[in-house]
This record gives sequence, C-alpha cells and structure tokens, in this order.
Amino acid sequence: MEQIIANGLYLGAQYALIALGLTLIFSLMNVLNFAHGQMYVFGGFVTYTVVVQLGLPFVVGLFASALALAVMGAAIEKFLFAPVVRRSKRDESTMLLAAGVAFFLDAVILLFFGEKQRGVPKVVNGVFNWDMRIIMPYDRILIGVLAVLLIVAFIVFMNYSRSGRAMRALAQDRTAAQLMGVDVSRYSMLGFALGAMLAGLVGGLLVTITGVNLGMGGPTSIKAFLMIMIGGAGVISGAIAGGFILGMMESVGLTVLSAYGDITYLAIFASLMVFLAVRPQGLMGKPWG
Amino acid sequence: MHKRTFLKFSALAAATVLSIPLMAYAQNATLKIGFVGVTSGPAAAWGISNQRSMEARAAWLNELGGVKIGDKTYNIEIVAFDDQKDPKRAIAGMEKMAQDGIHYVVGPNVDDGAAAVRPVAEQNGIMYFPYSFPKALFTPPASNAILGMVANYQSGPAIYKYLMENKGVKKVAFVAANESDPLSQRESGIEAAQALGLEVVSGNVTYQVDTTDFTPVLLPVIQAAPDLLVLSGVSPANAPQLIRSARELGYTGLISTETAQDAAVLQEGAGDLADGFISVGGASTPELASDTMNEFVERYTKMFGEYNDESNTKVYALEYIIETLKANPAAIDNVEEYKKTMDTFEAPNPFMKGDAKLTYVGMTSFGQKRQVSVPLVVNEYKGGKFETLFVGQVD
Repeated sequence: MEQIIANGLYLGAQYALIALGLTLIFSLMNVLNFAHGQMYVFGGFVTYTVVVQLGLPFVVGLFASALALAVMGAAIEKFLFAPVVRRSKRDESTMLLAAGVAFFLDAVILLFFGEKQRGVPKVVNGVFNWDMRIIMPYDRILIGVLAVLLIVAFIVFMNYSRSGRAMRALAQDRTAAQLMGVDVSRYSMLGFALGAMLAGLVGGLLVTITGVNLGMGGPTSIKAFLMIMIGGAGVISGAIAGGFILGMMESVGLTVLSAYGDITYLAIFASLMVFLAVRPQGLMGKPWG
Repeated sequence: MHKRTFLKFSALAAATVLSIPLMAYAQNATLKIGFVGVTSGPAAAWGISNQRSMEARAAWLNELGGVKIGDKTYNIEIVAFDDQKDPKRAIAGMEKMAQDGIHYVVGPNVDDGAAAVRPVAEQNGIMYFPYSFPKALFTPPASNAILGMVANYQSGPAIYKYLMENKGVKKVAFVAANESDPLSQRESGIEAAQALGLEVVSGNVTYQVDTTDFTPVLLPVIQAAPDLLVLSGVSPANAPQLIRSARELGYTGLISTETAQDAAVLQEGAGDLADGFISVGGASTPELASDTMNEFVERYTKMFGEYNDESNTKVYALEYIIETLKANPAAIDNVEEYKKTMDTFEAPNPFMKGDAKLTYVGMTSFGQKRQVSVPLVVNEYKGGKFETLFVGQVD
C-alpha cells in the first residue's frame, strides 16, 4: 500500500505540473492548447541537447528548456493565437490552430532532434528502500520534490506578484480586467509563455526519468486534458487536484487491476464518463465557465 | 585560335563531357519501389530505419549508374508513405502504391497494418515485405507477403534455450505493451517457453505505450521472482525505462527481448543498468560485415547523420527485390514470375563476408519460402555497445 501511495504521489506531482500550464492558457485565452504535449516533448529535447550533446550541467538544461519554451510560447501567442482570437469569435478557430501547431511542432522535432528515443543520464544514483515497503529511486524523489516546489512557486507567483494578479483578473473577467487597466494583450502573451514554459520544464525534468521521443506529445496532451476535466478547466487548484487524482488512480489501478490485464485506463475513462455526467464542470470548475 | 574562341570551345567541350554521365543517368528508366510503414509516433524508429536504408542504398546504386535488369538499366526511386501505425492508413498507402503502378513494397512494420494491406496487395499484384510476424500472412494460401526479418517465434526459442543451457534460467516472466504486436509476441513467447519446459511465473501484465512510470507496472512482475524477464515486442522507446525500473526495484535476473534495440538509446535511457540486456540485433556484426556493409553504414551516416543498428537488417529487403528481378526480369511487372523465381533464387550476399548467399527461406515455419534469409544475431548490451552473444540461421 505504501508503495502504491508513493507511486501515486510521484506521478501526481509531474501530472499536476503538466496540467497547470494547460489550464493557465485555457483560463486566460479560452484556448484548448492541443500542442501542450508537443511543447513538453520540445522541452525534453532541449534539455537533452544541452546536457548530453553540449555536456553542460542538468540545471543549465532546465533553464534552457524553460527559456526556449517561454520564447516559443510568447511567439506562438503573439503571431498566431492573438490575431486569430482578435478576428474570429468561433472557438473552433483556435482549436484548429492549436492542432496545426501540434503537427507543426511534431515536424520540427523530427527535423531537429530525429525519431529516436533520447534520455539524459540519471542525475542522482541510488534507490531509497524502506524495508521493501517503499522502493523509490533517489532521482524520482528529487524530480518529485522539484515538481512540487515548482507548483508552489507557481501558486506564489500567481497569488502575490503583480503579473500573477493581473492574469488571475484576466481569467476571471476579461472585460472587467481591461476596464481596470490590465494590458490584455501583454498578459495574454505572458500567460501563454508561462504555460509553455511549465510544459518545457516538466519535459526537462522528466527526460532524466522517462526519456523523450517524438511520439510522446499526443498522449501527454490527452492526459493533461483528462486532468483538467477532472479538476475543472481553467482552475489552477483544479489542475493540481486533477493531476494528483489521475496519478493516484493510475498507481492504484496498475497494482490492483494488473491481474485482469491492462484495464487501468479503461476503468479511469469509464469512471470519468460517470463523473462528468454528474459534474460536467469538474471538481472545482464553475458550471457557467 | 583567338583567345575568346578558344575559351568558348573549351567551355562547350567541358559542358559536353560533364553532361555525358548526367545524360546517361537521365536516360535510365525508373523502377519505383514502395515503402509503407510507420515513420511518426513512438514506433517511428522502426519505419524510419527502413525508409532510410532504402533511400541510402538506392542513392548508392543510382550513383553507380543504376541497376541493370534484363536489357534495361533502371534508377531506383523510393516512394514512401507514413502509415502512422494505423491499419486504415496502411491500406491507403498500399492503394497509393497500386495507383502508382508499384509492384514491390517494403513494410508495413506492425501486425495489424500488414494484415490490413493483404487484400489490396493480392488484388493489385503487389509483393510486400512486412516486418511483422502473423504466420497467416506467409503460409498458403497467402503468397504475396515475404517476412523481412527473423520472427520472434524463431528467435525466442533460440534465446530461451541458450539462456537455459548457459545461465540456468528456469522461471520466466513476460511483460508486453497493450498493442497487437507485443501481445501476439508475448503469446508465442509463452508458448515457446512452456514447450522448452520453463515455468512462466507471470504472463499477463501489460502497459500502455505512453506510460511514463513503469514502477507500478513492474512491481507485481518482480514480486514473482523470475530468472528471466522477457520484454515482449518492446519498442526502443520503452526498453530503457522498463530495464531501469526493473533494476531499481531490485531485480537482478536476466532481461531479454526479441525485438531490435539501439545501443545509444539504451545508454542514454538506462546507462549501466542495461548491462547484460539481451536483444535480437541487426543482421550484421563486425565479424560478419563485408566492405559493402561497412560502406553502406558510412553512406547512411553521411546522409542522415546517425546510423541505426536496425538498418543492418532493413538494408536487405531492397537488395532481395532487385536481385530477384535481375534473376527474372519478367517479374518487373508480374509478381507471379517473382514467386516462381523465389524457390530457386540464389545470389551473392553483398553485405556479408565470405560466400554467403541471398536466398528465400521459411519452409519450416510457413511451409513455403516466404522469408528473406538474414543472420539471426543475438546481442548482449555491455558498456554502451552490443556484443554478439551468438549467431544463428533460420531455415
């Protein structure tokens, strides 16, 4: 049981961080960013390039991923999403654009980083073993702790910084925020950059554990959407809750249901369908959006 | 002669001389060979190594002046289609090949794609070279598919037997991704292990291909305490993570797979934890490789930046097609002629040292010659590279 909880918490921390970026972008711009998974993959490849190919420290790789994705996010928002949001009132326009960006990023990743699985050597060696009740490699513990610290830093930034408060105001009521003097286009771009940066950071963190490959983008996006559906789209606390709930469900399912074959995600999807029928706005979302 | 006239004459002469090979190159007819396989997504490495092997070899042959089949010389053109590992796309790809008048296609890479394209291939007179193992594709009445590599039900028993005799393996566990290929490979692996007298202590644990943490997946498997953990049909993307998780959970036994892997990927993803990992290698080793093989590796690396060990196997399909067509030029647009030639076909194997031959095999497994003959190379990973454990042959 202890092992299941430890696995669930570790998975939950990384999932929550992935979901945070997605929900931030959704809350600010009402954009479902289907390219979020590809941004995560891109971040992983940037860290890989810096650490393995350039031989620089892992921390430098993480910073490079954060910076590269923040710049990419800002550029995508400014030159692609902002004009489309300005000109089109239809939600599907941004959805199609996001899907297009996802395909584009897949092609860019293939072109620059190739088709192979890549990985960064372990940043910490050794395995924590508590009497065979909890077995957890130290690098996973480190990545889990870093993920939690990043989540805390994000919450602090959103609650106590001027930019964070401006973005929260924007998420709550775009028109009211604009009337109060919030620079909508600036903070939309900042929010998108921050969301993309979070995706890049998780990619950079997890490349040491899971490695990274071209095909990880789509499934990562799907899991991220799953999390924000559970927690409530556009709500930061909901994304965190959704991440930890999905991580725990996965951990419990893979252990308890393993004897019946690979039905963990079948059970998760079935539960989600029932849950959404009862509470379509998710745990912490508002029914009116 | 005036200087200007001399310069004009020289320029004309030089242009004429330089254009002769280009004219010869341009005058060659074109022989289109298709590729339908996966070149995107998690399994992209499988198809990309196929496509790039074909493109590298075709470019080389074209550079040498083309391929003489009968009394005509052809340049080889590779027509590639990414099926995205989706059977519906594979069918669309094979239909495109038929529309382009292509009769010889390499791929698809996975079971469901290979099974899906069978009717299209048979109706349109296409011979295809899948890298998937369902016996129904290669046994009569099927006759258009030719297995492009060694199947897991051929390599698996050889590996298990070797490990029983040399490492004292008695208990085995299987883990597979929840997809058609790995699952069918797991079933045939379990069958082979049981036939050899091994005790299967775990055989029903599966995982999603997009799993990011394999610890919970492997926990019940490791608790069953196998001597050998078989990663059935594992993709190069998942293998390092599975090995790493198993070792981190304290597993000290052997780990093997019947799919080809990449040493660099293992090194980056699992490091020293992958030492001792046993896998089926590309059909070449430094001891087996001829000068042609070594040059192929060089050219491939120059064209694409990085070589893939799997291409040691994937280089063969195009060679078999071309050499068989040379043996019977009437087969160029008539696959029935190709089939007739296969039974007696034999040509020198350019990729192996000595007097190795290209021949079709498969009588034991399929009851007809519907498999290319490539060496079965079983590797052990050690210190960042593969070492040959043993080399076998399929009949």
